[in-house]
Amino acid sequence: MNGKTIVLGVIGADVHAVGNQILNYAFTDAGFNVVNLGVMVSQEEFIEAAIESAADAIVVSSLYGHGELDCQGLRDKCDEAGLGGILLYVGGNIVVGKQPFEEVEARFKNMGFDRVFGPGTTPEAGIEALKEDLRVI
Amino acid sequence: MRPVLLIDFGSTYTKLTAVDLDAPRVIAHAQTRTTADIDLSAGLSKGLEVLEAQAGSLQYEARLACSSAAGGLNMVASGLVPGLTAKAAKLAAFGAGAKVIKTFSFQLTEEDAQEIARIKPDILLLTGGTDGGNSEVILHNARRVAGIPGTFPVVLAGNRQAQGACANALAGSSHPVFQADNVMPEMNRLVTEPVQRVIRQVFLERIIGAKGLSKTKALLDGIMMPTPSAVLDGLTLLSRGNRAKPGVGDLVAVDLGGATTDIYSIADGFPAGANTVLRGLTEPRVKRTVEGDIGMRFSARGVLEAAGMDAFIRLTGLSEDRITQIIEGFAMNPSALPETPDQEQMDFALAALAIRTALARHAGSLEMVYTPVGPMYQQTGKDLREVKHLIITGGALIYNKRLDEVIDLALACDDPLILTPREASFRCDRGYILSAMGLLSKYDEDTALELLLGAFGKEE
Repeated sequence: MNGKTIVLGVIGADVHAVGNQILNYAFTDAGFNVVNLGVMVSQEEFIEAAIESAADAIVVSSLYGHGELDCQGLRDKCDEAGLGGILLYVGGNIVVGKQPFEEVEARFKNMGFDRVFGPGTTPEAGIEALKEDLRVI
Repeated sequence: MRPVLLIDFGSTYTKLTAVDLDAPRVIAHAQTRTTADIDLSAGLSKGLEVLEAQAGSLQYEARLACSSAAGGLNMVASGLVPGLTAKAAKLAAFGAGAKVIKTFSFQLTEEDAQEIARIKPDILLLTGGTDGGNSEVILHNARRVAGIPGTFPVVLAGNRQAQGACANALAGSSHPVFQADNVMPEMNRLVTEPVQRVIRQVFLERIIGAKGLSKTKALLDGIMMPTPSAVLDGLTLLSRGNRAKPGVGDLVAVDLGGATTDIYSIADGFPAGANTVLRGLTEPRVKRTVEGDIGMRFSARGVLEAAGMDAFIRLTGLSEDRITQIIEGFAMNPSALPETPDQEQMDFALAALAIRTALARHAGSLEMVYTPVGPMYQQTGKDLREVKHLIITGGALIYNKRLDEVIDLALACDDPLILTPREASFRCDRGYILSAMGLLSKYDEDTALELLLGAFGKEE
């Protein structure tokens, strides 16, 4: 255990459970305390779980193309709930259709996400980023 | 013959049940006015005389009691997030047989502290944070509570890592501190048994003396617990059975009173379909809720507010004015019995709608979500639709002449998203067997189960 807690889940009306399980396994294996909320998770559930567990990061997955709608306002709500400065990640097939990743990344960063991951990202990439951002040695 | 005496000190009546463990059977049952204003032993002695008149002199090998006299066990619960540890704390307190006067979330403010001082709870339950999670808020709250005047005990059941600091914060205060395991050690996992054990222990050791029950202690052999806690134990045994005999399985019980309505469920209530996902806190198999605004008299207005005027008009055929008038009359005069046909009609509608409302609040609900793979359902709380056993207890209902119709109407829920029992057969707890057998189960479980199955095991 590296002492860092992350809240993990698939946002919105998205029922893709396999990737969620893989991430849960990989992050746990890498030493993180994972609070996995599973699929079909609302913004409020991410936030409430992060409050109770004093989480260091919220890692949002979206695989069904509606990520842009589902993620809007999450940073604002975090700020409102006293989670100012919490690390926010998003990854998966987060937008509709094929769009240049740089544009997608810019839009989500504009929404307040610290890191944005496109399709085909390995769990290791996420782990590396978390370790860097949370200063896990 | 091996007689055992089981006593339920109610707020109005003291109910005594004598049981012969040899037969086994209920020998006699008596009911007298509770004498909480002087000392409970006066009412108890009177009740014993009534029993003796029925069954002759009995040498009891044990006397066990539960009590909801002098207001029962009043608690205040405090947690972090309203839908998580605050809800967990409330459910745990209900399950321990308490009346939860108020539940607080997040940091307690100075105003909250003043309100708690006014409420003067018997016990304050302090929770917040998963194990290893948030410790700031519960610690802030412990410091706040330390400054509240009074000597009520504080039960700590929050983040394991913060327990020590919280206990220290309260150590110099006027409040004794008791520690229990976290009510929500991991996200959405409710652990109520350890904290309920501690609450019962505190009730036994500290509350009873303050409630005029101490003098009766000499007449008793022990097991003093809050009455709802005894009822829960009786229901749990009836549902589960033991090694000797199987129980009846999942069940729901309703205790409709004048001011409050208690609902009990013994069922997992997991989602029924593959396209249903369970959301939020996983509720305990043994669950009790209390609706403080739903009742037949004092809380009659609450039923009207919750069920709506249209529902009352449909069930009674009375005018809006007449309905309001009768409800006001009931609320102002809680001991009134219905006299006119209109009042009888209203009594009937109130009972049906009160139970329907309380059941809907206790049971879980579904929400439909359209997803790319078709409609999916999100379930919050327990799915009780398939529960087939319903038990009716409490004075307001068991003497109702149209109970069949009341139950039919109460269960007739036309909203498919509300997960209340749909086709349950009911039995009545006319002899207050449930609390008595809940008590007896601590002394002789086999006999308690046999008598419970005798009373509730068959269809009426």
